[in-house]
Amino acid sequence: MKAPASTSGRGTGATGLAGGDSNASATRITPGNALRPEDIAQEVRAGLAKPTEDVAEYALYLADDALILAQRLGHWISRAPELEEDVALGNIALDQLGHARSFLSYAGGAWNQSEDDLAYFRREPAFRSVHLVEQPNGDFAVTIARQFLLSYYQFELYRRLTASTDATLAAIAGKAVKEVDYHRDHSAQWVLRLAGGTDESSRRMIHGLRLMWPYVDELFQDDDLTIRLAEAGIAVAPSSLRPDFDRLTGDVLLQARLEAPDVPAAPGGGRHGRHSEHLGYILAEMQVLAREFPGASW
Amino acid sequence: MTTKDSASTGAGPSLDVSDSEAARQAEGQAYFDRIIGLDSRIEPRDWMPAAYRRTLLRQISQHAHSEIIGMQPEANWISRAPSLKRKAILMAKVQDEAGHGLYLYSAAETLGQSRDRMMADLIGGRARYSSIFNYPALTWADMGAIGWLVDGAAICNQVPLCRASYGPYGRAMVRICKEESFHQRQGFEILLELSRGTPQQKQMAQDAVNRWYAPALMMFGPPDDDSPNSRQSMAWNIKRFSNDELRSRFVGMIVEQVEVLHLTLPDDSIRFNQDTGRWEHGPLDWNEFKEVLAGRGPCNAQRLERRREAHESGAWVREAATAYAAKQVAQHKGNAA
Repeated sequence: MKAPASTSGRGTGATGLAGGDSNASATRITPGNALRPEDIAQEVRAGLAKPTEDVAEYALYLADDALILAQRLGHWISRAPELEEDVALGNIALDQLGHARSFLSYAGGAWNQSEDDLAYFRREPAFRSVHLVEQPNGDFAVTIARQFLLSYYQFELYRRLTASTDATLAAIAGKAVKEVDYHRDHSAQWVLRLAGGTDESSRRMIHGLRLMWPYVDELFQDDDLTIRLAEAGIAVAPSSLRPDFDRLTGDVLLQARLEAPDVPAAPGGGRHGRHSEHLGYILAEMQVLAREFPGASW
Repeated sequence: MTTKDSASTGAGPSLDVSDSEAARQAEGQAYFDRIIGLDSRIEPRDWMPAAYRRTLLRQISQHAHSEIIGMQPEANWISRAPSLKRKAILMAKVQDEAGHGLYLYSAAETLGQSRDRMMADLIGGRARYSSIFNYPALTWADMGAIGWLVDGAAICNQVPLCRASYGPYGRAMVRICKEESFHQRQGFEILLELSRGTPQQKQMAQDAVNRWYAPALMMFGPPDDDSPNSRQSMAWNIKRFSNDELRSRFVGMIVEQVEVLHLTLPDDSIRFNQDTGRWEHGPLDWNEFKEVLAGRGPCNAQRLERRREAHESGAWVREAATAYAAKQVAQHKGNAA
């Protein structure tokens, strides 16, 4: 599929994609007429949007990355290094949760399931998240390293997905890309600050990147599903994102006087249900109450 | 060397520092009294009595601390929220509280105290925050009860504070109150959903209301005859209504709302007194209130430790940000030179 015009490496609130669009807000989840997860669910219920099995499975890839990341980031709220970061990380978590809900609502259309059915009643092997989002928060530098890698990947993905022949995927990506642009800006600024701050912060930033880097390759692995869907103009082939990701993260690392860590890549497997040891605990916590009262309404 | 007498002579050029200071104080007090008399607003650069400044600083910083500590009982349920929509709402709510803390610390800073110092006082156990946040949030229904009762009581307290005589405080409260009213409604909605749910869910809701009712009523502070600071705060137009007046108003609100919820309040003595025009409620355990304030509540140690831990673990991040900013400034100057 054809990618929209290229954009600069580091988004900024003032000059990035978000600039000049009143619907692009990092501080409001559903400003104005922005697309809400409820709107997607409504379309699915009305039969206006019905994904094929393939498309639903692909939507789970996107949904589960965002959902597990939101679950991880939510832990920072009330624990961040500064009140401003409680707010910022909370915003990012909310944005990711919003994207997850939209993709899940859409995916559920293939199996007559709701976003909550999919989030709370799937077992571990049925999740499609990559290992990167499952990694523990660690210290603030580890969280920023994970955030930096993931937001640059997501930005390139969503930017291209806005041109998907699947109208619903394109619409969700259209909203998400504006928000993820802020996530890039937030993480890139912190990479610069931590790398160029004190000896301790620089040491921690380098360590954080080393810890997260083994999980980068998995983000760009194609599989039968993504190849099939990319050929149909529906999905984006993950491998096609790699050059822009490398170039743009490389620019930030260069500015921060850091080098991409020279560490072996882990094999991944999350897209096919082979997860890190961490996911079981994440799901146990996330799902416990919903499973205690199956069928209940909240 | 100077005396009151020399000042009263009003002699010209020989007027020394103390004289002019006394004159400035008198002029300032007169201005302050006039502003308060007009029910207008004192702004940060205006002269104000030291006791007024102290009172406001205590009240605003306590309020800020309450927002920050108050994030914890609700943050406890973010990871386990039983639906994704509820999770999103709860995240947004706890995030709002961080924002409220920020406005309030900023308002307090206009009185000459740094946020660092206020945070140090909180962590060092030298500052107070609302005793309600030392109770545990044990079930999901507590998210409903906290929203409905705790935020509801906070709104009753805070709406009149939008007219507080200190400008930055009043203005911060306007925005806070708007958000609090959403918080209360989401709490009410959680309870309504539970009450209409399975018998177990309804029981969960009733149990939460039972546990939060009395602590919420005590949020208005001690009874009027045992509230030493209230009179002066009212004279300064900081506080507009007495503790008991506000408490009574709150009881009147929830006694109607609880019927819509098909739940009950754990108090058989609630009645409207025609003679006083006030709602009355059963006795509250003020001894428990004092115990919790004194640090002997169920979660006091836990709440402070969590704040201390977050603050101290984040020290290297704040230092890095400061160091980086200083380097940027130095570099900018170097480039400009």
